[in-house]
Amino acid sequence: MTLRYSQDHEYVRLEGAVGTIGISRYAQEQLGDVVFVELPQVGASVTRGDEVAVVESVKAASEIYAPVSGTIVEVNDKLADEPGLINTDPVAAGWIFKIEVADTGEFESLMDEAAYADHTA
Amino acid sequence: MTMNATGRPTAPTSAPAPSSPADAALLPAEALLFEIGDRDHSGVDLPDLEVGDERLAGLRRKTPLDLPGLTEPEAMRHYVRLSRRNYSIDSGMYPLGSCTMKHNPRLNEKMARLPGFADVHPLQPVATVQGALGVIEELAHWLMELTNTSAVAMSPKAGAHGELCGMMAIRAAHAANGQSHRDVVLVPESAHGTNPATAAFLGYKVRSIDANANGTVDVAAVKAAIDDNVAAIMLTNPNTCGLFEPEIIEIAEAIHEAGAYFYCDGANFNAIMGVVRPGDLGIDAMHINLHKTFSTPHGGGGPGAGPVVLSQALAPFAPVPFVRRSGDGLELVEHPDATSLGRLTAFHGQMGMYVRALTYMLSHGKDGLAQAARDAVLNANYIKAGLDDLFTAPFDGQPVMHEVLFDDSFLKGTGVSTLDFAKAMIDEGFHPMTMYFPLVVHGAMLIEPTESESRQTLDAFIATMRELAEDAVAGNAERFTAAPIRAPLARLDETRAARQPRLIWRHEKTEAS
Amino acid sequence: MRYLPHSPADRAEMLAAIGVGSVDELFSAVPASVLSTFSPDLPDHQPEFAVEAHMRALAGRNHAAGDGPFFVGAGAYRHHVPATVDHLIQRSEWLTAYTPYQPEVSQGTLQMLFEFQTQVAHLTGMEVANASMYDGSTATAEAVLMARRITRRDKVVLSGGLHPQYRDTVVTYLSGEEGLTCLSPSPEGQGDIVDHIDEGTAAIVVQTPDFYGHLRDVPALARAAHEKGALLIVVVTEIVSLGLIEAPGALGADIVVAEGQSIGNPLTFGGPYVGLLACREKFVRQMPGRLCGETVDAQGRRGFVLTLSTREQHIRREKATSNICTNSGLCALAFSIHLSLLGETGLTRLARLNHARACALADALAAVPGVEVLNESFFNEMTIRLPRAAAQIVDALAARGILAGVPVSRLQPGEPDVDRLIVLAATELTTDADIAALVEALKGELA
Repeated sequence: MTLRYSQDHEYVRLEGAVGTIGISRYAQEQLGDVVFVELPQVGASVTRGDEVAVVESVKAASEIYAPVSGTIVEVNDKLADEPGLINTDPVAAGWIFKIEVADTGEFESLMDEAAYADHTA
Repeated sequence: MTMNATGRPTAPTSAPAPSSPADAALLPAEALLFEIGDRDHSGVDLPDLEVGDERLAGLRRKTPLDLPGLTEPEAMRHYVRLSRRNYSIDSGMYPLGSCTMKHNPRLNEKMARLPGFADVHPLQPVATVQGALGVIEELAHWLMELTNTSAVAMSPKAGAHGELCGMMAIRAAHAANGQSHRDVVLVPESAHGTNPATAAFLGYKVRSIDANANGTVDVAAVKAAIDDNVAAIMLTNPNTCGLFEPEIIEIAEAIHEAGAYFYCDGANFNAIMGVVRPGDLGIDAMHINLHKTFSTPHGGGGPGAGPVVLSQALAPFAPVPFVRRSGDGLELVEHPDATSLGRLTAFHGQMGMYVRALTYMLSHGKDGLAQAARDAVLNANYIKAGLDDLFTAPFDGQPVMHEVLFDDSFLKGTGVSTLDFAKAMIDEGFHPMTMYFPLVVHGAMLIEPTESESRQTLDAFIATMRELAEDAVAGNAERFTAAPIRAPLARLDETRAARQPRLIWRHEKTEAS
Repeated sequence: MRYLPHSPADRAEMLAAIGVGSVDELFSAVPASVLSTFSPDLPDHQPEFAVEAHMRALAGRNHAAGDGPFFVGAGAYRHHVPATVDHLIQRSEWLTAYTPYQPEVSQGTLQMLFEFQTQVAHLTGMEVANASMYDGSTATAEAVLMARRITRRDKVVLSGGLHPQYRDTVVTYLSGEEGLTCLSPSPEGQGDIVDHIDEGTAAIVVQTPDFYGHLRDVPALARAAHEKGALLIVVVTEIVSLGLIEAPGALGADIVVAEGQSIGNPLTFGGPYVGLLACREKFVRQMPGRLCGETVDAQGRRGFVLTLSTREQHIRREKATSNICTNSGLCALAFSIHLSLLGETGLTRLARLNHARACALADALAAVPGVEVLNESFFNEMTIRLPRAAAQIVDALAARGILAGVPVSRLQPGEPDVDRLIVLAATELTTDADIAALVEALKGELA
């Protein structure tokens, strides 16, 4: 399963029409220990670039933007008790929300691993 | 996501050796009030009356108060022991940039405790409080004279409350002039967090302005950001990089030409009091932190006081209450007219702080205030001169005002962060400087000595800072990353505090014990 | 000048070290047209004794509450503050410390704030409390904003029993916003606030004891609010009342705000005071202001830090829950010390004593011909109706050295039916002789 990345350090993993979204390994390192995640409402429809969630470390609060448009179909409730999952396992157990993607073309336009590596270099 | 990270570790990375117990006898740990007091102890002697229920509407308290009591000797010891775990300006230098930690004269405290000030109710008949109104009038006169402005709103309770007041006056002025469509406030990147927070609180969109390579704001950048929707600019002067904005008069003119107002954050007024009048620069509103500039104590986080001086254009929109002359006496206007922005707090503001600030002003006089500003600037430049060759200044080559800004590039590759450096200062007996602010500089270290520090103290501070910098560069990172080891506690786990908030004490045994 | 350590020689040597000839050169960025070009109409520096004489003269022109019989309340109350409190808060390490951003060298302030938060939570019957606000009125405005954030609704209804200056503060904070309803003054304790609650209501704001002294039926109000998904904000201006009256948290309040002045803090003509804000734990991330939390240090020892600060302006900037940047630290300390000295036993006794003095006052006033006491219930404050305008009578009594309370018309000008009303308070400091003097003087004025 390939990951694609936004300029704003969110990743999307697309399975069928559903994209799983979180923040990149690089982003969590920059942010430091995550202490709280404000999750979006399931059922909300979002447009690419909308602020949909907030990830807080002790010293910073970072908005998470929707990297693709669509409808929020699931959120990672585990983060309420274990926000540190974003630090320990950002691209798997530390996912934040899932979107039913309206237009997979938006996904295709995101950066692949190599391009993102250049972006953060 | 927004990358707002400042690179600060927030949980201790290693557990250093136990901190030095050498002064344990003088800095004892102290149990919580709830662990030493109980419901049977009390430090007051009051009669044990029974009262009936007939006038309590069936609402007599049944829930236990669960408040531990202490007898007087127990209370004395608890709070004295706790106090010894605090740093204070009386015990050492507080080089906190932007905070103006100056000496707090005790005459101020003595005057504030005179029964004629401390034991006076805000709603007594006005004829019985002419002296209190006199304090307000006299302090207002000082503030207007020092700033060359037309009015002053005295009631704001703190600097941020003053910002709210000033920006509300600007909003009211625009509304009165049919300019309510103006919905943008210009704020430089280097601003205090309260500036954008205040603008957003009032429904304004914040438009950020970049600083130039010298750390100041160009009038050209302001002009480029101006359009018909701009309501105001919020600018700090001297700015948070410790620099006087050289184009401030031109910026004010450009703002006024565009039909907008100039809010000046007065947090750094200490650098220029008695030397430059903000009204001469074209400001329309500016709050003055009495707890910074005019020596009222910080008290471990307040109370502050934030009177706002206003230009003629904004004066009609000032909040209530205010004092005005009426025949031989003074009267208190407590109800807004059609233009006033309203009321920002119950009663009349921070009287206790007014008395202290006025006492300080009278002690210094206009000559002493100007000398204090000049000494504050002298001290900051003396520190800059003492550290310049070892520390890296992002905006070098110009004198600073009351504070000097360094970044962390001199620490690059040492494994020592600004935070580590600051914690090592604690071990040397100094409170850390302001860190990671302003945001325009990486790993910012902002040092404000104030005029209160003697040359001996400044020399000791410079020597300590130099020794630390040399040690960091020499590769002794552990001294920094393990610091502090001579404080009552080592570094605290802020991650744990935020992930599992424990905000009040509960009866069960605490996890930590 | 006594506050400035440098001698002229020090200054000269420092300038040499900097490499400039004069301090003026350090001000080179300042346009010459505005630098030291003015001469303020202000005096030069003075010796300490001269300043003291000046300030004493100003203080001497005030009638201090302790100078005679005193019954003024209405949001600020004259209570005894133990000498220990004032001694302790003047210790250097409390008075002259900065905000505890460096926890390793601020454990005194931080532990005190943790204790303070706990005391406030217990007193109000709530789960959490913050490290204090400016005062009760601004805390009320912040609580209203908080309720709107929590419920994502706009409408807020302020009870007619809310302190008029608290009401005016909320009105100012919400100017430019839709949805605020202020009910007419209710000096008889009447209220129809439940009729104003609907599905769009974020919160109702009710003071108890209310501005006129009446105890409000908080449980019924809580039920009515919660039925529609609205929050109940309870305001307490006389915090000593909670030593005798049920905790708002136990009666269904969602947010409790209070003025803490009565415990530990002198009247000081209205400020600085200390605002209390407590709520249910689930709302903690929507709270304004500082919070102190427990944690451990690198060696596992218990310690305290400011926490959840991502809500605050220095991090969230334009997205902060409030622009508030300070608390009322020293006043919170005074509150906490005084409350520790009182403890459960002392506060209970103090509250009963206040109520007993107020009962004596109410009974004495009710016996004065022409005076009507409006309250069936009260804690230590009540409203009386006179046969004619109250403001002149209060002024006349003040001229006789008796501060008889607050004429309601001072705070509610232009409201019908209130110009004959006075709000009066009694505390533990109110003596039988004070009450007798008031009664006699009132009889004289009304005769």
